[in-house]
Amino acid sequence: MKVYKNKKIIILYLAPVVIGLAVFVYYPLIRSAIDSLFQWVSFSTERKWVGFDNYIQIFTDKDFFTILKNNVLYALFSVLCQVLLAMVLAACLEELFMRKFQKFFRTVLFLPSLISMSVLGILWKCIFNPNSGLLNTFIHAIGFENVTPTWLGDANIAIFCCIFVSQWQYTGYCMLLDLVGIQKIPRELYEVAEIDGAGAVKRFFYVTLPMGKESMLVTSIITVIGSFKIFTEIQVMTGGGPGRATEVLATAMYRSAFTNDEMGVASAYAMIIFVITLILSLIQMKVSHTGEE
Amino acid sequence: MKSKHWWGSAGKILIFLFFCVFAIVIILPMIWMIISSMKTNTEFLKDPWGLPSIWHWDNYAYAFKYGVGKYFMNSVIVTVVSVFVTVFFSALAAYVVSRFQFKGKNLVFLFIIGGMMISPEANLVSLFKLLQTLHLYDTHAGLIISYSVFQLSFTVLLMRSYMLSMSQEVEESAFMDGCTSFKVFLYIVVPICRPVLASGALFATMHAWNEFMFATVFIESDDLRTIPTGLVTLQAALKTDYPVLISGLVISAGVVIIAFLIFQKQFIRGLAQGSVKG
Repeated sequence: MKVYKNKKIIILYLAPVVIGLAVFVYYPLIRSAIDSLFQWVSFSTERKWVGFDNYIQIFTDKDFFTILKNNVLYALFSVLCQVLLAMVLAACLEELFMRKFQKFFRTVLFLPSLISMSVLGILWKCIFNPNSGLLNTFIHAIGFENVTPTWLGDANIAIFCCIFVSQWQYTGYCMLLDLVGIQKIPRELYEVAEIDGAGAVKRFFYVTLPMGKESMLVTSIITVIGSFKIFTEIQVMTGGGPGRATEVLATAMYRSAFTNDEMGVASAYAMIIFVITLILSLIQMKVSHTGEE
Repeated sequence: MKSKHWWGSAGKILIFLFFCVFAIVIILPMIWMIISSMKTNTEFLKDPWGLPSIWHWDNYAYAFKYGVGKYFMNSVIVTVVSVFVTVFFSALAAYVVSRFQFKGKNLVFLFIIGGMMISPEANLVSLFKLLQTLHLYDTHAGLIISYSVFQLSFTVLLMRSYMLSMSQEVEESAFMDGCTSFKVFLYIVVPICRPVLASGALFATMHAWNEFMFATVFIESDDLRTIPTGLVTLQAALKTDYPVLISGLVISAGVVIIAFLIFQKQFIRGLAQGSVKG
């Protein structure tokens, strides 16, 4: 087709996407890289070259270990729930005895993923409230009147409360996608396994798991990437507190930029997030062959 | 298959119970949210598990008055426009990379999908500065652009693979009849690609409707806030009136859940389509 070689049309049709990406995605990234080498504040054009000082400040921050640990914990629990548990649950729902309830559980477990994280954050903050929350009044009602955890106010457990809310939101979503995946596995494989006398557990390990292995690997990486970008639930529920106990990379960046007005440090945080997610994305592309014909 | 062992049936019962507990853990907070939204503040604080003595539907009216109505409209505007922009321009670009031939095509395609490697978090600070420079800070336009550009790469990738799998015969005969490429795009490619456009729109909608980080940093005026950030502001403003705040939560969550329950089938199909290469 001659039309398909028309340069003007090609440029015209590609321009919005290419320019949009260049100006609002690629350029800011380069700016972040440059800005991370300067000391500067938000509402002033004055800036001072400091080299890698902003990075050194982050790495030597006594809370940096906590920040990284929180992101890693997030990744760990997310893979456990959203990849492994979700897969097992999906396989259970596909078993004959669960089929009649599949639609109900599938729908109910999926619902939270539709709701905005900031809405859920506010909701769970109310539930975790030590005095009037659902959780503590329940604990008191079943007889443990002296047990009064402060949940989000307790530096040791606050991060786990945040992690719980994320898993509460997304496990059902991942389960649904796994269900779709399992339903694509040829039925014959299961029938053959059944004739060979394989029970439900064996069918899971010898058919479902090997067939879903690759997609599980991809989901794992996507989940880990997401864990290093966590922001909303922490910002809404704890703001990084108590102290800095629940701080993650993105909230630390937000704090540097908009609370402390250390824009250079914030840019350095941005680059750290970028490098971590870039490496993981490259691995994911390698694994999933994205973009291949 | 009949279970041969006693532990087989016990296992089944345990699995069933596990699902029931899980479902309760999901449903209970949502039901609590609905019930709490109609309590008085004292009832809410004193008796979180109880039912309200009078169902205060007027809490919803208060929530609207305190800004939820305004936030809702803002969310609708930002979502509709950014979804349209994302889907339209992604489809155009996908049309080019799946049909046209030119030098450097692979490079352009790599440039487009390379955007997926850059997370919004990594761009937050410099995008904030850029929007200020372009006088787009604290405007809906700025938010709409930010939402669209971060959705483009994925949407182009999604649409391109779909377009590649479509037969081009109808398009070719339309060209023979003298149609322009834009007419072919609008009247042949777009209708054929409806399913993939719909799932691209679905992802863009979910993103724009629920997004919090950009909305909280790029918007300053209360009059321009979308629901996710508006509710957080409301939380600070309504320190002493929880039920009204919770009515706001119900409104925001309710809309999406009702939409889902109506379009469930299309919804799940769309999600599955995107997850293949998401």
